[in-house]
Amino acid sequence: MPHFEPIIGRYLHLELSGRPHRLYVEEAGQGIPLVCLHTAGADARQYRHILNDKAITQHYRVIAFDMPWHGKSLPPEGFECEEYQLTTATYTQMVVDLCEAMRLEKPVVMGCSIGGRIVLNLAAEHGSRFRALIGLESAAYQQPWYDTEWLNRPDVHGGEVCAALVSGLMAPQSPAASRHETLWMYKCGGPGVFKGDLHFYRVDGDLRDVLARIDTARCPLYLLTGEYDFSCTPADTKRTAESIPGAEVTVMKELGHFPMSENPAQFRRYILPVLDKIRSAE
Amino acid sequence: MPPVAIDPAVTERVARAFERLPELAAADADLARRGRFLTCDFEIGVGSVPLSVSIDHGRVTSVKRGPFLLRSHTFSITAAPETWAGFHQPFPEPGDHDLLALTKSGRARVSGDLVPFMGNLQFVKDLLALPRLLANTEDAA
Repeated sequence: MPHFEPIIGRYLHLELSGRPHRLYVEEAGQGIPLVCLHTAGADARQYRHILNDKAITQHYRVIAFDMPWHGKSLPPEGFECEEYQLTTATYTQMVVDLCEAMRLEKPVVMGCSIGGRIVLNLAAEHGSRFRALIGLESAAYQQPWYDTEWLNRPDVHGGEVCAALVSGLMAPQSPAASRHETLWMYKCGGPGVFKGDLHFYRVDGDLRDVLARIDTARCPLYLLTGEYDFSCTPADTKRTAESIPGAEVTVMKELGHFPMSENPAQFRRYILPVLDKIRSAE
Repeated sequence: MPPVAIDPAVTERVARAFERLPELAAADADLARRGRFLTCDFEIGVGSVPLSVSIDHGRVTSVKRGPFLLRSHTFSITAAPETWAGFHQPFPEPGDHDLLALTKSGRARVSGDLVPFMGNLQFVKDLLALPRLLANTEDAA
């Protein structure tokens, strides 16, 4: 018998920001929809261990998609004449539109890094749509640590430098194979895409002013950050949570900025209790 | 960088560990392949002690300890001896574990021509971390 994983991948057609898009969407499992948002400059392969985890998929319909310009989701027609820049508004609307297009009823959204940032805005603007929100490596703001001009220029290899920059965000205890798989996604990114995602992170996405609008009684918010993440540090997450009554913070030992892909076994020790708690609140 | 108390013994241990880069790099069969486009002299600063590292197509051909008289380097990477010692632990503490974590916190400084540095960033980071392999020996930094 061929050894297939239970993940199904399909292409979803939907209009985003007034332009037709073709998004690659993977899913596995049944139950509460759990939409997973990948990090900047990467793609939904980061969630393959979550999609293959029976302890999760027996209760959750896990959905992970490549954002436009990422992975197997093509950029929109005419992309060659524009600079890709993700914004708070387009990112927020993308998640809402995808959930509506897939007719997901009260989904949980779990995002990492920029995905962790955008769940804060989802909580503030659309909290009633979601059963719960999970921010991995999430903060409303954090201090930049390099010039993003390095990410897309002709004299430095974009894939190599993107991977090299983020390589140190992982915990040294994470297995080498998982760390390098995580970096491979950065090496595969299109030119300027990581930089374009970071436009949201660095320029357009300071969400400190929206935190007061988050109501965790309406939509529970869980924030989990790896102790080795020096980009979004545990202190950044805790500072964010201080402005959100009811937000639950977990600092994850021996994990960094990519918990779901850099060390899946360690991450599930932290995420399974959160998913169980969300489910038991039914 | 914030002032750090300098222990001469730590400086010596870290400098000695970096002086072993030629043999440590030679023992890593793939490292020279990954750094094959880099040929330059760069400087590692261990506090006030400069080390000049010569790279030829990814091979570490020499590490010389200063002081130097008007020697030029393509780029320089400087941190306090205690900072390097933490970086060289086999499993460094969070924040001590990556060169760019050190630059973000202001505990390391990178200067000079950063195009070859960024163009070979993973190679340089891997090279600087090689003394972690010495952690269980008496020469550990």
